[in-house]
Amino acid sequence: MTIMTDLAPARRFREFNLTWSDVGPFLALAALLIVGFFINPEFLSATNLANVITRSAFIAIIAVGATFVISSGGLDLSVGSMAAFITGVTIMFMNRLAPGAQGWAIPAGMAMALLAGLLCGLANGLIVTVGRIEPFIATLGTMGIFRALITYLSDGGTIPIDRSLRDLYRPVYFGTVAGIPIPILISIVVTVAAAFLLYKTKYGRECAAVGASEDVARYSGISVVRTRTVAYVIQGVCVAIAAICYVPRLGAATPTTGLLWELQVITAVVIGGTALRGGKGHIWGTVAGAVILELIANLMVLSDFVSEYLVAAVQGAIIIIAMLVQRFSK
Amino acid sequence: MSALMRVEERRKNRLATGVVTNLQAPVLRAQHLSKQYGLATVLSDINLDVFPGEIQAIIGENGAGKSTLMRILSGYVEPTEGEIWTDSQQVAFARPREAQEAGIALVHQEILLADALTVAENLFLGRNLGRWGLVDDRQMRRVTVERLAEIGCAVSPNAIVGAIPLADKQLVQIAKALLDEHKVVIFDEPTAVLTGEEVLKLQDVILRLKARGIAVLYISHRLDEVQRLADKVTVLRDGKLIGSYPGRTLSQMDMARLMVGRELAALYPEKPAASVKEPILAVCNAHVTGRVDRVSFTLHKGEILGFAGMIGAGRTELFEGLVGLRPSKMSVTLNGKAIHLRSPRAALDVGIGYLTEDRKGKGLILQDRVAPNLTLSALARVHPGLWLRRGREAAAMREAVVKYDIRLKSLRARAGELSGGNQQKLLLAKLMLTDPSVVIIDEPTRGIDIANKAQIYAFIRGLVAEGRACIMISSEMQELIGICDRILVMRKGRITGEVFGDRMTEDEIAFLATTESAHFHGAGDPT
Repeated sequence: MTIMTDLAPARRFREFNLTWSDVGPFLALAALLIVGFFINPEFLSATNLANVITRSAFIAIIAVGATFVISSGGLDLSVGSMAAFITGVTIMFMNRLAPGAQGWAIPAGMAMALLAGLLCGLANGLIVTVGRIEPFIATLGTMGIFRALITYLSDGGTIPIDRSLRDLYRPVYFGTVAGIPIPILISIVVTVAAAFLLYKTKYGRECAAVGASEDVARYSGISVVRTRTVAYVIQGVCVAIAAICYVPRLGAATPTTGLLWELQVITAVVIGGTALRGGKGHIWGTVAGAVILELIANLMVLSDFVSEYLVAAVQGAIIIIAMLVQRFSK
Repeated sequence: MSALMRVEERRKNRLATGVVTNLQAPVLRAQHLSKQYGLATVLSDINLDVFPGEIQAIIGENGAGKSTLMRILSGYVEPTEGEIWTDSQQVAFARPREAQEAGIALVHQEILLADALTVAENLFLGRNLGRWGLVDDRQMRRVTVERLAEIGCAVSPNAIVGAIPLADKQLVQIAKALLDEHKVVIFDEPTAVLTGEEVLKLQDVILRLKARGIAVLYISHRLDEVQRLADKVTVLRDGKLIGSYPGRTLSQMDMARLMVGRELAALYPEKPAASVKEPILAVCNAHVTGRVDRVSFTLHKGEILGFAGMIGAGRTELFEGLVGLRPSKMSVTLNGKAIHLRSPRAALDVGIGYLTEDRKGKGLILQDRVAPNLTLSALARVHPGLWLRRGREAAAMREAVVKYDIRLKSLRARAGELSGGNQQKLLLAKLMLTDPSVVIIDEPTRGIDIANKAQIYAFIRGLVAEGRACIMISSEMQELIGICDRILVMRKGRITGEVFGDRMTEDEIAFLATTESAHFHGAGDPT
């Protein structure tokens, strides 16, 4: 028979039970750094690491949003094309404003990007929740729509940012504050805010409950529609933030912007320890996952062992290994 | 030779010889069986003899080790120590298949069928009958119909299992276990999800097995059933064998006492004297498409109102409709004010709480810890303000654990690790955290042991004594009679009668629950 052996004080209650999905991604990250150092000491240099992490920022920011969607039991395949679409719309909007508003076109463009992301996310969310369409199918549809829209808007070519804005906007990707690249700072802010939302608020609880069991959530008086829709809106806003950082990198939007990002995003979330079927989300693990993906690509470029054309294959193998580790550590 | 032919062959042989094995020797014998998980001893030194044609009931509280014992005997778990003999031969089962080959089958408590397949496909899953390398569907369907008919089940072999009623699923599962000829059939709480007629059907199945000389081991929490059926009653407590007693010599109270190991106070709390009561909830002309038709009733403060009826009578659907879990039309008055509830949240906000009958599927997130489960319905109440308040949550948890006597290994245990009775108490605590004035409890004691039952009855009586009102839906007539102040009986989506006082008898309720032409315009009608 079960006996209550300890009515422990509140201190015990907050203790952590670490599992593989909690620490696994960070162990993998540490192992990767060590292996990288032995392959090429240049790998651990501050410049190289700053470079790699800056490049992983887009995927990391989007993947943080995806952690909410996947944790709540959903999936979003449209993030890559949505990022391209938002980038394009934002650049067109800023270019239109540039002659009159000059520098003010940039904050206005950022606000526009956030609004566009929010609306795109809301559309995805409503199709999935109110329309009751499988997330896979719903976002497969919007993925095609966003991709077609950016192709149409750019007329199959590129939408470059106006010359007058290019230098003003440049620091958002290339600038640093106290030696840290701005995209890294932005991802840290996004991640901290997201971790607070997921772990310290009622919404985070509801999100995990809906993902763990839709029925239990419904019977407990939680609105599944509201919770899931909000998760997609968060995803949309994260995509917009990533797009804002992305604009100065190439200074243009093209029909191939953000191509296959959705796969990298889902990979980052899954190797970060969040189960694809929903439930508890691992925000910090997700970020580690995004960095791991970029580090592997970087390592392959720096070393001569494997052709860099095989980067995607190695990343694919990583996701499978991560899943196997999760399976067998249970 | 196909699996089916082998089965038929064995059957014919048995019928032809007409011998049902030697009645003197036990068909299954366990000696000094023990099972340890790490440091925890789940079973210690169990001796058991099972004779052909005998129905032996195994009773005990949750956690007494019944299921572990049955799992050992059927090859799902290996014992730490001890011997198992079948037909005077020592055996050791490394997997269920080996036990099946030795003639021992286990009918699981949970339904383990593939929802997307048909009845026939499920029955033959993993051992399809074939001819020339092709699957012989026609033959399998024929055998399915035959075997289901034998146990009194008329469901079509082509029906998709996900779409048939729970009771039929249970029967299909039994038919599947009985597909091969067995010497010993073990039933792990087969009647937990069945009601009235279906329980009788199953008892019939068991008696037929007995008549064929097959030994039946039978775990049940329903002591009335045990008393009726069992030739021998074996009692386990805390992993130890308390004793085996000839059936029908023990009263239900005797059995309960042996299981618990001490004198039990009365199972049901005392009912307060009837008094004039003010109505709190009135439901008028409730419709739930296809399930509930023109149902009206009134609930009073301080009252426990029972809803009796067969599975499928529309009781659960009525109340799921009331709290907005499924589309419905009804006019509802709460404390004299007309309300319309569109979601469970809205219902909780006005103080109407519904506790589901499906505690594992819809009540608790089994893989999550106890505290988040406890507070899930009352997040806004426990965590006022923007962020989670762990201290308040921990306090709520400790209070609930003490108040509802929820037994946990630690405060960080996961909901799925709790026994059924403790899960049910946790669910009740979860609902009460929202401080509802109307508590609707669907099947409050399904599959839980007698000590926990008594506690839950006491909690329910206690919460109405605080001025709340309670609606209790149950398929166990005895518990409704034992605890309710008044019982409404439903049949096919209509209320067919109301019983209270001296008229609260099983006969009366069964009559109302099954009779075609009963009409009711009783005192409960608010119009």
